[in-house]
Amino acid sequence: MKKHLLSIDDLTVDDVHALFETAAEMHDVQRRDVKKLPALRGKTVINLFFEDSTRTRSSFEIAGKWLSADVINLSAKGSSTSKGESLRDTVLTVTAMGIDGLVMRHSASGAAHQVAGWLDIPVINAGDGTHEHPTQALLDAYTLTRRLGSLEGRHIAIVGDLTHSRVFRSGVKCLTKLGAEVTVVAPPTLMPSGITAWSKDAGFATSYDVDAVLPTADAVMMLRVQKERMSGGYFPTAREYTVGYGLTRSRLALLKEGAPILHPGPMNRGLEIAPEAADAASSAVLDQVSAGVAIRMSVLYHLLAGPSAAAATTGE
Amino acid sequence: MSDKTLIRGARILGGEPADLLLADGAIAGLGTDLDATGAVVVEAAGLVALPGFVDLHTHLRQPGREDAETILTGSQAAAVGGYTAVLAMANTNPVTDTAEAAERVLDLGVAAGYVDVQPVGAVTKDLEGHELAELGLMARSRARVRVFSDDGKCVHDARVMRRALEYVKAFGGVVSQHAQDPSLAPYGSACCHEGEISGQLGLPGWPGIAEEVIVARDVMLARHTGSRVHVAHVSTAGSVEVVRWAKSQGIDVTCEVTPHHLILTTDELLGYDPTYKVNPPLRPAEDVQALRAALADGTIDAVATDHAPHAKHDKEHAFVDAAFGMLGLETALSVVVTTMVETGLLDWAGVARVLSTNPARIAGLDGHGHEIAVGAPANITLVDPSAKVTVDRDASVSLSRNNPWHGRELTGAVHATFLRGKATVMEGKLQ
Repeated sequence: MKKHLLSIDDLTVDDVHALFETAAEMHDVQRRDVKKLPALRGKTVINLFFEDSTRTRSSFEIAGKWLSADVINLSAKGSSTSKGESLRDTVLTVTAMGIDGLVMRHSASGAAHQVAGWLDIPVINAGDGTHEHPTQALLDAYTLTRRLGSLEGRHIAIVGDLTHSRVFRSGVKCLTKLGAEVTVVAPPTLMPSGITAWSKDAGFATSYDVDAVLPTADAVMMLRVQKERMSGGYFPTAREYTVGYGLTRSRLALLKEGAPILHPGPMNRGLEIAPEAADAASSAVLDQVSAGVAIRMSVLYHLLAGPSAAAATTGE
Repeated sequence: MSDKTLIRGARILGGEPADLLLADGAIAGLGTDLDATGAVVVEAAGLVALPGFVDLHTHLRQPGREDAETILTGSQAAAVGGYTAVLAMANTNPVTDTAEAAERVLDLGVAAGYVDVQPVGAVTKDLEGHELAELGLMARSRARVRVFSDDGKCVHDARVMRRALEYVKAFGGVVSQHAQDPSLAPYGSACCHEGEISGQLGLPGWPGIAEEVIVARDVMLARHTGSRVHVAHVSTAGSVEVVRWAKSQGIDVTCEVTPHHLILTTDELLGYDPTYKVNPPLRPAEDVQALRAALADGTIDAVATDHAPHAKHDKEHAFVDAAFGMLGLETALSVVVTTMVETGLLDWAGVARVLSTNPARIAGLDGHGHEIAVGAPANITLVDPSAKVTVDRDASVSLSRNNPWHGRELTGAVHATFLRGKATVMEGKLQ
C-alpha cells in the first residue's frame, strides 16, 4: 500500500481487500467490553480539519483511540488564505510537533495531495473539497460487501448532487474497482462537467431518470443535497428536486426486495430521502457509521503501524 | 566605451546575413562589410536579428507587491527575454487609474533603464467595473496612456464597456479586455478549464463560453461605437472564431495569445500544482491547436506574456486559493520558436510581426516595432535560433519563481537585446 491515502486511485484491488479484511477484525472490537488495541500505542495522529465535520472527525478520533494512538483534534476553520498563512506553513507548523500521521479535511479540492507533497508522514484525506473522500468510499463498499457479498457484477445506483460530491467521486472509483456496475443519476445541472467522456473511460453509466434505474439496482446510494445549492440555480425548488430525484416512499417500491439504501449523512429527510426510506429495514445508514470506524481503524493500522505494532495486535 | 555597435553577420529577419551599425540610438548602417572603426563589434554569425520585442501584457507588481516583482526586476526580466518595451498592467496596489499613478510607473521604468515601461491605465476606477477612470487625463499625461484595461477583471457591464470604447476614440486609445463573464466564471472560485478534468478533480470550472460571450459582445460593441477593442489572452477556439468573423466584417479588433496557451494544456492540472493556475485557464489540446493556427494566419495579432510574478507563499495554498498567473517574459521567445517556428507555422518575419511590430502598433508605441532599416530606432533583439535551453527557474532575474517551464527543454534563445543602440543583454546576460 502507498504511503498516503489521498484517493481511491492510490489503492489496488488487493489493497482494498486487505483493508476490508483488517476492518472486519476491527469491527469485532466494537462489540468488546474493552474497545482497545495496542497497535498504535506511542503514535500521535492529528485530525486537522479546515472544514466543519462532526461524524468524520469523530469516526477518525474513535478509530485512533481504539488503536491506542494519541489523537489530537485541530480545527483550522476557514481557509488558510483568509488567515494570511499559506497552507504549507500551516501544515508544516502543525506537523513539526512530532506527529506520526495526519488526517486532513479541507474545503479545497486537491489540498490533501498538495500537503502530502510537503510532508514525510502519512497523510489521510478525510475529504478535500468536491474531489474525494476515500475512507467514505471504502466504508460504503465495505458495508455493501457485508450486505451483498461480492460486488462483482452488482448494479449500484448513486443518486443526487454529483457535481459537488466527493462521496460520489471516490465511491464510483471504489465500486467499479471492485467489479460493480455503477449508474449515476442526477439532473443535468448537477452532473460534473465532462462526465460523458469520463464515464466512458471509467466504465460507469449516467442517467437523468431515477425511475428507470432503480428497478435494476442491487443497492442505491443517495447523496446529500446541500442547501446552498438550492439558491445556485441548479434546480428550481426543493419540491421539484424531491419529485424528480428523491428516494420517495413511492420509489421504495421500485427497489428490489432488500436492496440496501445508503446515505453518507447527514440526511435531509423529506428532500433527497423520505423518512420511510431512511428508516427502512433495508437502510444501511447506521451500518455505514459503524463500518466507518472499522475502516478508519484499518486505514490507520495499515499506514501507521510498524511491524512491532502488528505483532502486538495479533497477540504474538 | 564607444556608443557605436556593429552587429556583424546577423540574419535579418532570418534572411541573408548583413551587418548592422547602431549609433546615436538608431540604425546608422545596414549592409555588408560595414566599417567597424570605433565600434564595439558583436559577432552574430548564425544569429537572427529581429526588431526588439514589445509585450502588450506584463504585470510588474509595483506599486504594492514589490516582494514579487519591481519595475526594475521586471524590466530586467523583459530585457533578458528580448523585449525593448513592455506595457505594465494597471492592477497594482494602488491601481493605475490616475495620471499621477501612470506617470509614476513611467518614471520608474525610465529610472530602471532596461526597457521602455509604458503604463496601461485602468478602464474603471479601482477596477471595480462601475465608473470610468480618468481615461483622458491619463492619455494627456506624460505617460501618454493609450491602452486601457481592467485586466484581472472583465469590464462586464455592457454599458460601461460601450462608454469606454466611445471615450477612448478621442485620443486613439484602445480597450484591452480581460474577457471573463463573471456570472459564468466567478472571480476567485473558477480556477481551471471546465471540462472532464475539472469534473474529475472536483475543481470549479471556468468554461470557454465565459470568454467567448464577452468577445462576441465586445466586437459588436466595437462595431457599434466604431472604436478599437483588443482582446487580451484569448484562450479558446471559439474566441478565435469570433475574432476571425469580426475581422472579416471590418470590425477594428485585435487580440493576443500568451506563450503558455500555445503549448500547455489542461492536463498540467492533474497534480494540483498551482504553478499551472492561470487566468484564463489552460485549455484542452484542441484549443491550443486552434490558437497556433490563428496566430499563424494572422487572426491572432500578437503574443503577449501575461507575465504574472508571485511570491512563493502566494502559490503555496490549496489550488483554488492560490494566486493566478505564471512567469513569461524570459521564456516567451523560446516558446514561440518551439511551438511556431520549429513546427513550420511561422517564419522569422512572422515572429517579428507577433512579438514586435503588431504589439507596438496596437499599443501606439511609435519608437518600437519598426522594420530593420537605416534611420529606425536601434531596438534590436538577436536570437540564437537553434539553441536548446533547459529552463531553470533559479536562473531567472525575476524576483519570483512561479515558472511553468522549469526543467523543460525549449528551442531558441535570446542572445542580445539593444535598447536604442545600447546593449541591455549580451550573450544572454544582463548588462
